[in-house]
Amino acid sequence: MSLEFVLLIFLPLLAAVFVPILFKKLKSIHTGWFVLLVPVVLFIYYLSFLKTTMNGKVAISEIPWIPSLDISFVSYIDGLSLLFSLLITGIGALVVLYSIFYLDKNREKLNNFYVYLLMFMTAMLGIVQSDHVITLYLFWELTSISSFLLIGYWYTRDRSRFGALKSMLITIFGGLMLLGGFVLLSIMGDTYSIRELIANSAAIFEHEYFILALVLVLLGAFTKSAQFPFYIWLPDAMEAPTPVSAYLHSATMVKAGLYLVARFTPVFAASEVWIWLVTGIGLLTLFWGSFFAVKQTDLKAILAFSTVSQLGLIMSLLGAGAVSYHVEGANAALFKFAAFAAIFHLINHAMFKGSLFMVAGIVDHQTGTRDIRKLGGLMSIMPISFTVAFIGSMSMAGLPPFGGFLSKELFLKSMIALPEFELFNFATWGMIFPILAWIASVFTFVYSFYFVFKTFTGKKKPEPLPIQPKEASLGMLISPVLLAAVVVVIFFIPNLIGKAFVNPAVVATQSDLFTHPDEVGIQVSAWHGFWSPELLMTLGVIGLGLVLFLTMARWQKLYDIQPQYFSLNALYDSLLTFGEVGMNRLSRFYMTGLIRTYLIYMFSFIVLLTTASLFIQNAFVVDMDSFAPLNAYGLMTAIILVIAVCMVLFAKTRLAAIIALGAVGYSVALFFVIYKAPDLALTQLVIETVSVALFLLAFHHLPGLKRHGETMKFRLGNFIIAAAVGVMITLVALSAHSQKMIPSISQYYKDTVFTEAAGGNIVNVILVDYRGFDTLFEIAVLAIAGIGVYSMIRLRLSRKENSDESK
Amino acid sequence: MEFVMSIVIGILFMAAVYLILSRSLLRIILGTGLLSHGAHLLILTMGGLGGSAPPVLVEGVTDLVDPLPQALILTAIVISFGVTAFMLVLFYRTYTEHNTDNMNLMKGNDEHD
Repeated sequence: MSLEFVLLIFLPLLAAVFVPILFKKLKSIHTGWFVLLVPVVLFIYYLSFLKTTMNGKVAISEIPWIPSLDISFVSYIDGLSLLFSLLITGIGALVVLYSIFYLDKNREKLNNFYVYLLMFMTAMLGIVQSDHVITLYLFWELTSISSFLLIGYWYTRDRSRFGALKSMLITIFGGLMLLGGFVLLSIMGDTYSIRELIANSAAIFEHEYFILALVLVLLGAFTKSAQFPFYIWLPDAMEAPTPVSAYLHSATMVKAGLYLVARFTPVFAASEVWIWLVTGIGLLTLFWGSFFAVKQTDLKAILAFSTVSQLGLIMSLLGAGAVSYHVEGANAALFKFAAFAAIFHLINHAMFKGSLFMVAGIVDHQTGTRDIRKLGGLMSIMPISFTVAFIGSMSMAGLPPFGGFLSKELFLKSMIALPEFELFNFATWGMIFPILAWIASVFTFVYSFYFVFKTFTGKKKPEPLPIQPKEASLGMLISPVLLAAVVVVIFFIPNLIGKAFVNPAVVATQSDLFTHPDEVGIQVSAWHGFWSPELLMTLGVIGLGLVLFLTMARWQKLYDIQPQYFSLNALYDSLLTFGEVGMNRLSRFYMTGLIRTYLIYMFSFIVLLTTASLFIQNAFVVDMDSFAPLNAYGLMTAIILVIAVCMVLFAKTRLAAIIALGAVGYSVALFFVIYKAPDLALTQLVIETVSVALFLLAFHHLPGLKRHGETMKFRLGNFIIAAAVGVMITLVALSAHSQKMIPSISQYYKDTVFTEAAGGNIVNVILVDYRGFDTLFEIAVLAIAGIGVYSMIRLRLSRKENSDESK
Repeated sequence: MEFVMSIVIGILFMAAVYLILSRSLLRIILGTGLLSHGAHLLILTMGGLGGSAPPVLVEGVTDLVDPLPQALILTAIVISFGVTAFMLVLFYRTYTEHNTDNMNLMKGNDEHD
């Protein structure tokens, strides 16, 4: 193939550039018609790959992105990628068509809508076709972002913003975990390519971080695919426009996690943790979602929970499919069934859930409400919608003659097979799986009936609906009818679907077993013969399901037992509140706004770190021999200085304190004299005089300041810190002086001061010659200080402006 | 002699930190003054106190004091003078604006709390 088809991934994104222009320039035509072209063209193009994948071949196309880091966009099309690409573009086309009639071109901001939608399409195509983990992650986050934008499409509503934020926080959390997993994987496998990772899976399994990478990747998949306990964002994402819910939150984005699990099965399937986590969490999600779906009263919420539960079903099947990596011979055939069933149900679910969401949207659009308690008796008014809803629901419930029946049979068969699997304690605990699966199927049956019959049959409710109901326009019905037709068709030609789409995808997840799609050779039949266990189980589902559905009003009160504050949503809310309030409290606790507090932090840490490292590194040494002999003048000056310091500390008036500070300065000057530093002594004398004068001048102009501030009360805490700093400085000074590593460079100055610089006063020559730059900038400091002093005294805003500013 | 000087420096630092931790802005500025004296003496002491002649070339004298620390201290003195002068004026302005030199009363903007 000469065309670099990896570029086609970016076709929707490119088209998105033109959407606002078309929207602004061609007001008379609904922008969606132009957008529709994109998925249709892509769908037809991807159909042309069918032949390749059916022959067990793959197509690869690559354009480098950052070659020096070995990052490139690689599009790798095998059965699994192709299946997803077709779903994305096919359902994408139908959803765009539906949205043309659903969204009003005069009232809605279509330019935003289609830009986000196309962005999302690129992201999804990128996820399913990327062979490079880093670009996969890139597209992964792009789906989170575009989904965020789409959920918050009606951004003036609070609920939309809440839902968008929630889904963003959860999926981005998962995305970041995924990135970590990918990075670990690429380190362990020494490659970014997923194909090569699969080839290296044995080496990866041996690696010590294998489990960590596994869990991180699964966190990414579970958050995206709304598995327990991360499913909570999905019901809140129902604030999005219905086409978005149909597309993102039933058919495509939530399947990204499933894709990820299916794609990485060959890498991780060797581990029992993988099988237990994927199957277990999947089944738990299935049960949980189906159980709580019956509680909902909003049509879209029912569908959201049913999506959660169906995703769990597929997830558990993918986990069961991974078992085939561990068993040999005839048993392996049982578990390849599971992989087949997973892919098969994935197709089924995309079809019927897409159509159901569209029906829910139609009901909402035509009656003005989605509340199931206000709806009823719409069958005669909206017969086509009812038919579609009926087909979709029956398929969801797993009844013949619809596609869902076949996948449910396969599902039950796989779950029954699990306890026979003798590794990893499945023999003991495995019985839980078919039982849980069966109960969940019963609830699935109940909510499917609940959805369709409470909406369309029964009496009309006495309260008038916000809009007088009537059948939807033809254009809006095209997409759901098409999808429903597919649901029926799948039932009658499952093996054709299996051969064309499912088998090539199964090869991708079961790469150890098969090399060619024809080897899968699973024949799906609607009739397994009389006494097959799955048939009996289905009969049981129907029986118990009917009973439960008919007595719903009686046992629905059970749901009220669970208190509101004891739910995952409440947990999420309190986590957020705790994060906000707790962090706020924490920072208030240590950010007191008092400079003293911050200084205490600083001094304490300086003392702790310095003394600790001084003693840990055994750096504390006092070498008396290196010290100069005691000097009587020095000792006297030292005593004077200490007395002066004490006077500063204990002076009762500010004047005394200032004079004591002057005394300290002059004794320092005396030290300079004693230690033979004439220039320093001169400077110190002058500067100390000027400083004291400045101090006095400043306080002379402060008539209000009677005392110099606070009470002179002794404060023990301050004293301890101060003493610690003092002791630390003494210790550091002593040990630093005792361990001179290298001799001073001053010999050079002494030797060359006359010959090189023509001077006799070495200090002055250093200041202006050897190290003249210091002096230059010290002059600059003085200049800046002078300018600062001048401007502080002279320049000021008027009082009024000043008080405005402080507000 | 360095031993004594180290203790003196420690006392200077101790007094400086104690003053800096107090509530009055004036005492804080006094504290920084003591702190810079301590730092200057520390540099001088670390350079060694053993020499017998000032660092000025005179025929026949070889045992000169290390001139480099002195040059460094000279620079530091001037800079700390500049900073102290600036802080003093800042204090003056703060006092005339807020009529207090109590640091506890100068605690950010309450409207943000």
